[in-house]
Amino acid sequence: MESFFSRFKNPLVLIAILLAQTIALATQVRRADDPLHPDGRNIRLIRMWALGMISPFERLSTLSGHSLRDTWSNYLDLRRVREQNEDLKKQLDRLRLERAAISEDAVEAQRLRGLLDFKQHYLSQTVAAQVIGTSGSDQSRLLTLDKGYHAGLKPGMAVITPDGVVGKLRDVFADTSQLLLLSDPTSGAGVLLQSTRIRGILRGSPTGSLVIGNLTPDERIKPGEKVLTSGGDMVYPRGLTVGTIESIKLDPENQPYTLITLKPAANLNQLEDVLVVTATSDTLDPKTQDELAKDAQINAAAVNAERLPSLHEAKDAAAPDDPNAPGAAMPPPDNSRDLVPKPKPILHPDKYSSGSAPPATDLQPGGGKPVEPSVPVEKPPTDSKPDR
Amino acid sequence: MADHSYTSRRELEEYRFSPVVAFAVPLTLLLLQAYLPKIFHKTEILDLPLLAVIFFAVARRNPIAGALTGAAIGLVEDALTGLPIGINGMSKAVVGYIGSSIGVQVDVENPITRLLMIFGFSMLQSAMLLFINRMLLGYRDIHVLWLHEIIRAGINTVVAIPLFLFLDRFKLRD
Repeated sequence: MESFFSRFKNPLVLIAILLAQTIALATQVRRADDPLHPDGRNIRLIRMWALGMISPFERLSTLSGHSLRDTWSNYLDLRRVREQNEDLKKQLDRLRLERAAISEDAVEAQRLRGLLDFKQHYLSQTVAAQVIGTSGSDQSRLLTLDKGYHAGLKPGMAVITPDGVVGKLRDVFADTSQLLLLSDPTSGAGVLLQSTRIRGILRGSPTGSLVIGNLTPDERIKPGEKVLTSGGDMVYPRGLTVGTIESIKLDPENQPYTLITLKPAANLNQLEDVLVVTATSDTLDPKTQDELAKDAQINAAAVNAERLPSLHEAKDAAAPDDPNAPGAAMPPPDNSRDLVPKPKPILHPDKYSSGSAPPATDLQPGGGKPVEPSVPVEKPPTDSKPDR
Repeated sequence: MADHSYTSRRELEEYRFSPVVAFAVPLTLLLLQAYLPKIFHKTEILDLPLLAVIFFAVARRNPIAGALTGAAIGLVEDALTGLPIGINGMSKAVVGYIGSSIGVQVDVENPITRLLMIFGFSMLQSAMLLFINRMLLGYRDIHVLWLHEIIRAGINTVVAIPLFLFLDRFKLRD
């Protein structure tokens, strides 16, 4: 017996190592049903230790890398800061106008939504975090963030960038957390096609692309259509941009359904700073509501200015020098006859026409012709003698 | 005679490493593996932890040490991913074991041998990952793009040759 173990010591050790890991795998597969706690306590500890060993170096590398890059970009930025400043001012003005234009619609939409009793989840609180590392494997699309539960993060929280949704938190430790990207094969999200309003389930793939499966072929679905979160998964708030449809083809493994491939709105391969959505609310916060209301008032004033003609006079008078401008003719002088309305010339005059009646001085009471008296009027005596 | 030759070769070419190197080199390669794809996304095709396993296994020529080294590095790698812990642990334990066993019998200092060995082990690991995912974990929809795996093996080989030449300097003869 002793000779057997000593003779096959090496393969036996290998078998023991493989067996132990196989048992570990089996226990993990059994636990994978809870999406918020995919790992057991022991597995979570192993992940925490491994990340605790690697993350300080990742944090240091990220910090030094950013310092070097910031120094260089500061130097470059100084050279063109004035030009950029002017551009940004113009952009800010344009954005203000755009915001004023849409804010009225936003307020109205919110009111209507309230009337219809929709539950819209607004992002009320986010925490900015920095990507300090990756899983290092193309089998697992996972990133390491520099914030953990000390910053208020919890597993299952949605992670976004200004461009769109990027994923959700998987494991959260004290000062680090793991972000599971949408492109990971184990990821999923409820989505909505923007123009057709068709709902679907988005998932990652082993190649790292985003796909929507299990949709029957529909001619209305076209490449280029925007895809938003539907909010049905209770992880991602509704209405956030996910990406655009890149291609549509029949799913070779799941006929007759289609396989829709998306181009993600955010660059999932080059993420640096992200926002973790730590809280949502059913209504907008009071400050944002006030801002929207103010913008709506400004917009209403602008609409009135467009509609009321009196407010156009100042605008028209502001450009009298331009002879080609509409309404740029000189106004008539105060004593001009043009100021008095003139009647149109008479084509067929009659007794009612202007000017046909005699002047009032020529008129006599009772009419124009002398009337014969009905009682004979005694004429005064003349110089002739009466007959005897 | 054969036994004599086997023993002599093993005695001549069995190396050890200082504890600092034995700990710092795999850790550095794990760190680079986790950090480089953040800057250059395409570098995730590399498998630097696998290169560490091959290097230490072949140099030590001890199958048990090779298997344990492979399992340890693989488990840390798994812990950094969202994958079940043990996938890379198992595949790298096998690679470490076979690497140590081969190292006893062939001249692994020869660049051509190294080249073939690294390429072969990279392909072996891809095959083992497919087997573990499909057979042990039941992920039937997982497919391997073999062309991609061949490219991965080629790139790993290209990176490994200068890396091994550099790491050879830390070898200590028993």
